[in-house]
Amino acid sequence: MYGYLFRRLLGTIPVMLVVAIFIFLMLRLTPSDPAAIIAGDNATTEQVAKIRGQLGLDRPMVEQFFIWSGKVLSGDFGESFFFKKTVASLIGERIEPTLSLALITMLLAVLVAVPLGVLAAHRHGSWIDRIVMGFSVLGFSMPSFVIGYLLIYLFAVWLGWLPVQGYQRISEGLGGWLRGLVLPSLTLSIIFVALIARMTRTSMLEVLSEDYIRTARAKGQSERKVLFRHALRNAAVPIVTVIGLGVALLIGGVVVTESVFTIPGLGRLTVDAVLARDYPTIQAVILLFSFVYVMINLAVDMIYTLLDPRIRY
Amino acid sequence: MADVILDIPIAAPAKPAATFRNLVHNPGVVFGATVILIVLLMALLAPWLGTIDPTAINPIARNKVPGAEFSLRTDTGERIKMIALFGTDGLGRDVYSRVVYGARISLLVGVSVALISVACGLFIGLLAGFFRILDAIIMRIMDGLMAIPAILLAIAMVSLFRSSVLTVIIAITVPQIPGVVRLVRSIVLSVREEPYVEAAVTLGTSTPKLLWRHVFPNTIAPMIVQGTFICAAAILVEAILSFLGIGVPPEVPTWGNIMAEGRQVFSLFPHNIIYPGVFLAMTILAVNVLGDGMRDTLDPKMAKRV
Repeated sequence: MYGYLFRRLLGTIPVMLVVAIFIFLMLRLTPSDPAAIIAGDNATTEQVAKIRGQLGLDRPMVEQFFIWSGKVLSGDFGESFFFKKTVASLIGERIEPTLSLALITMLLAVLVAVPLGVLAAHRHGSWIDRIVMGFSVLGFSMPSFVIGYLLIYLFAVWLGWLPVQGYQRISEGLGGWLRGLVLPSLTLSIIFVALIARMTRTSMLEVLSEDYIRTARAKGQSERKVLFRHALRNAAVPIVTVIGLGVALLIGGVVVTESVFTIPGLGRLTVDAVLARDYPTIQAVILLFSFVYVMINLAVDMIYTLLDPRIRY
Repeated sequence: MADVILDIPIAAPAKPAATFRNLVHNPGVVFGATVILIVLLMALLAPWLGTIDPTAINPIARNKVPGAEFSLRTDTGERIKMIALFGTDGLGRDVYSRVVYGARISLLVGVSVALISVACGLFIGLLAGFFRILDAIIMRIMDGLMAIPAILLAIAMVSLFRSSVLTVIIAITVPQIPGVVRLVRSIVLSVREEPYVEAAVTLGTSTPKLLWRHVFPNTIAPMIVQGTFICAAAILVEAILSFLGIGVPPEVPTWGNIMAEGRQVFSLFPHNIIYPGVFLAMTILAVNVLGDGMRDTLDPKMAKRV
């Protein structure tokens, strides 16, 4: 197990290296010159050249890449052109809302989607099954910002139950924090529920036709135990896989949802950075999100062994 | 001699007529295709559907609610009364006209992204599946690209160029390519082991011909299905980018742009978001349902993959 973990960790190095090279090249090959942006509109050519020297932009590309990646590895993402702070401190400020939103969404989605999927598989072909499947297709097709605005209109504008937009930090009170996150996480969880419910149903349907399920039923095991202990555990691997892959959707969704609900998180930061052409920030955010995505999927692979003792590495 | 033997189709493909009949009998395909046809007609016939210039600013008719009457100055200078079916936006532009014209960009982006990413993915995937040396390099690059969440990659790509429809198409296409490459490669790897491919190799068929005649036909059905899903995803991502204000230039009427325009006044005038939102969701739903239906009929094996 530890040997495997170590090998898989080594395996993520080339992936992250490709990501880093790609992000580095992508943003260095742009027509805009970072030195000119920092120097401002009124700078002389000498000033720009001086800043180029300070940033190391006059060195060969390969050398620049190694300097840049060395800094990134030590947590130094440079200084934001637009916010005039270090990118690391920017990310530090913005991480709490994003993390809160992502975790609550994940929890909500799994708690709703897995039972729905199990129920749909159990009542295969019934109206419940049809509704769950219909909802799943609909959930994939509804843009999250449309859902977000509909929810705002219904619960905040019309009924007035919840705040329209904004975010309250945990340190300012747990209640306000949670109230602010209800609508955003509901919005974001819809596509997730669709994804997980569909996979749970498919995976459960396959397992429910196995012999040991018939045996469990034959020996008089209660249906609930058959479904949740015998079937769900054996159906869990594809479900966990799809949750891991769905993190990519979650990250994309965070960007949109934070914009809809004006939550000052990393997603909002990404959009602001793109609008301001703030390349150091764009680089850092994408690198960070990709790293998290890769690590979560690594963790998912590790969870397999816990879920299914037959899988050994 | 070799050519004569190879001209006999070894793995007989399903007859096109039978496949077509299966497709027509699938309710998802029929529903999806019908809705898409309506949206397509709407996009093509936009000028004749009672629309006015979707970019015409009309300061005296700002933020009209749906169904309200407003007056409009025509090119000849006379004023005519119009009903704003879907209301008007903050600049007095007719939301109905903008929604109808917006279908053009959505379909253009969806179809272009699907075609380009399938073509690129097919080419790269065939190479990766057939040439061992290229395979290692190509798949490492694809793994790296797949590690970046698709929307983020698109957002980053958008930031590189001036905003235009072409930029948006490229930015959405690139993140879609790795998925196609992986799919094509897996098909190639399994087809390579088929007896008819081995037979063709033994008979000395040249590699390009082998790829074109024996491997490529196996990818057609999965590519049609995959392309349909990519089309749906592309329409969604285009709307997201435009909504965030980093997609198609704001003066171009697209569903995402109309919604972006309506954000500030949403709680008072929700029509700016609701009408384009309904059209957007219906179109994406139709394309997804069409994709599901085609997958079930054309490629039953793939139905198990996701």
